[in-house]
Amino acid sequence: MIAQGRISKNKAETAMSDSVLSVRNLTVDLPKGMERQHAVQDISFDLPRGEILCVIGESGSGKSVTANALMGLLPSLMHVSSGEILFQGQNLLKLEKTALRKLRGRVVSMIFQDPLSALNPLMTVGDQVMEVMAAHGEGTTETREKRALELLTEVGLPDPTLMLHQYPFRLSGGQRQRVMIAMALALEPDILIADEPTTALDVTTQAQILELIQKIQRKKGMSVLFITHDFGVVAEIADRVIVMEKGHMVEEGVADTVFTAPQHPYTKRLIAAVPRLRETDRPNASEYRDETDEPVLAVEKLNMVYRSGGGWFSRVREVKAVQDASFTLRRGRTLGVVGESGSGKTSLGRLLIKLLDSDSGQILYEGQDIASMRESDFRGLRPKIQMIFQDPFASLNPRSTIGHIVTVGPIAQGMKKADAKAKALTILEKVGLDSGAFGRYPHEFSGGQRQRVGIARALMFDPDVLVADEAVSALDVSIQAQILELLDKIQRETQVAMFFITHDLRVASQICDDLLVMQKGRIVEAGPPSQIFYDPQDPYTRELVAAIPGTDHILQQA
Amino acid sequence: MTAAEIHTHKHRWWRSRSVQRFMQHRLAIVGMVMLFLLTLACIVGPFLLPYDELYIDLRARFSPPLSGDHYLGTDPLGRDIAARLLMAGRISLLVGFFAMVLSTAIGTVIGVVAGYYGGKVNSALMRFVDAFLAFPSIFLLLALAAFINPSPVMITIIIAITSWMEIARIVEAEVKSLRERDFVMAGRMLGLRNSHIMFRELLPNMVGPIIVAATLTVARAILLEAYISFLGYGIQPPLPSWGNMLNGAQQYLATAPWLAIIPGITITIAVTSFNFIGDGLRDALDVRNDPA
Repeated sequence: MIAQGRISKNKAETAMSDSVLSVRNLTVDLPKGMERQHAVQDISFDLPRGEILCVIGESGSGKSVTANALMGLLPSLMHVSSGEILFQGQNLLKLEKTALRKLRGRVVSMIFQDPLSALNPLMTVGDQVMEVMAAHGEGTTETREKRALELLTEVGLPDPTLMLHQYPFRLSGGQRQRVMIAMALALEPDILIADEPTTALDVTTQAQILELIQKIQRKKGMSVLFITHDFGVVAEIADRVIVMEKGHMVEEGVADTVFTAPQHPYTKRLIAAVPRLRETDRPNASEYRDETDEPVLAVEKLNMVYRSGGGWFSRVREVKAVQDASFTLRRGRTLGVVGESGSGKTSLGRLLIKLLDSDSGQILYEGQDIASMRESDFRGLRPKIQMIFQDPFASLNPRSTIGHIVTVGPIAQGMKKADAKAKALTILEKVGLDSGAFGRYPHEFSGGQRQRVGIARALMFDPDVLVADEAVSALDVSIQAQILELLDKIQRETQVAMFFITHDLRVASQICDDLLVMQKGRIVEAGPPSQIFYDPQDPYTRELVAAIPGTDHILQQA
Repeated sequence: MTAAEIHTHKHRWWRSRSVQRFMQHRLAIVGMVMLFLLTLACIVGPFLLPYDELYIDLRARFSPPLSGDHYLGTDPLGRDIAARLLMAGRISLLVGFFAMVLSTAIGTVIGVVAGYYGGKVNSALMRFVDAFLAFPSIFLLLALAAFINPSPVMITIIIAITSWMEIARIVEAEVKSLRERDFVMAGRMLGLRNSHIMFRELLPNMVGPIIVAATLTVARAILLEAYISFLGYGIQPPLPSWGNMLNGAQQYLATAPWLAIIPGITITIAVTSFNFIGDGLRDALDVRNDPA
């Protein structure tokens, strides 16, 4: 084939250099009107043969753009203005379309972040894997099917013969990601580019996928370019690391060296911001030392069953979202709930704040059972139990000004407009936004700033209980650290009781006084972080803790 | 660090991306210009023309267009067609516009309530919508028109009654998707009443699709009025409407074709302007067109 002829392996050349791919002075332009001129500017690095190179950076750093540029998959709005990408002596940027297409899949493969949207929903898994081979003219229908079966077994999918005929929607997130990896490996490429493949997965699934990638990489001697924002992942699998900030490459080196002796201030800041597992428990923020003090909120045997599909013609499907949950919240203390998706932690948070109705059980607030209260009676109590939501982009009404968002609640409850505005301005200052934000719209702010608005909105009522539903999960790691600090400060000042829901155990360890571990609707373990992490009792907790990326490496410190 | 990153760019609505995109849609601009000219003509025109629409001049009956004083000719009774056309335009455009306002109001309320509450309320309301959609609207209009006094106000009302369904469906779909967003839950958490959430929090987020649907509803309303007036059940003579001008022109198609062609072209101009504007608005307000 023509492509093979042109890109014939030059033995002498590859023997000299240790890298399979070299990027030199790559600059990619952004369209006019964006906040900076270049998506990536003047970056150069080598992808070493047979090693895993991690590219780490926060959102907007240009890491995905780099990966897309390597594959020639940049959106039409962005184009490469200078630089070269050298692969076996050829500049990939100058290669014509047909030659580049032959490279994709055969020499360079990519796996993406969201496996659900990366797989074609209308084709079976087997067809999609075979399609890769068919597109490159590899083998015959029978050999392709055999090879597809081989690949599905290799990536660890259960029951591969059945899996061949399954549609993607039947698979879990982790299984879909394995299918993507199988597709990427179909033609035994030399280079695998992984664009945040585990970000959307649970921590235990993430651990499995990382292990799979490492195993395959070692077996085939592939080079892997792994993009991530999580230093834990880097600690787990990287041989070498590149740190990117706002389109510039600020540091590069062997992973261990970069962790123990970071050079660039940005790298130092990034590493410092990564949440650690504490060995000792959090210094008690509560002024109420007396344990016999009345808890603010006491939950007894709360149950909720989630019913769906009960129309006139379909059967009702039931899922036990929360089963027999019992715990207490105390002033000035933070109770954390950790669990994977489907564990019921989000439902539990919504039950506490009565955005969902429980089926049985009690929630005692200051002696009253609010679980069975009607909405009209509870409305007066709502101000005392407030929530901070996960998605800073969806939790603020895009059509309202910040001022309106923050004051609409108090005004609806009877506060005068002028008083509400005055209080709003004070609270906005307290959360770190300037008073000019009052008249602006949410789209003018960054994710971290919007989350501050969400916190301000919750604080307007001087609540007794604050439920933080994955409040920092959608934020970059450095912003995350700032928001956690802010929440800590607020708790010290107002003695509010916090219920912190998260899937990231490292974050939970930072901010929580006590922890609950949930699995499939049940609380399987409860205790202080030091016990949960260093002496877990329940086997599921042990599994969760073992799956935290980077724990056996350098990131574990008090 | 946080305060310093706030943009100080003043936001004026004409600088917004949607308006810019609309301005690039050539057909939409053509539509706006045509509509503007037509409306201007209908408002001011009758004052500038030498004859009014009621003046009967039997000696000048059936004059073709561009013959003498009557710019667009005369009808079988010798009335000036240009004057009748523009007066009819006032009525047809007003009927179309207010029918749109009324049907949008009805459709939005029903759509918001159905979409927000879900469950049985949604089922009941949407079946109600389906029931209305199942009727062929022209026949329903004719049947209603046979019972009522066909004044422009009543015609507006019955056109509105047969046009609100599309908006209701669009709004219901939008509300269903917006309802799950966190800011709606935040509203409930703050203790806001359902009516407040539906109409003060959700509704402003749906203005785009509603405007597009409303624009296309005007076009449809104008056509419906023309149909029923043509069939004799709508606006009654001597009040002129584009539709009943067509009715009067039927029997003279071979001998005096301009009697039908002129109102026909005007209806076409009006309807296509609204359609072009609606298309332009739909493309302009579609957020998927925004760069990633």
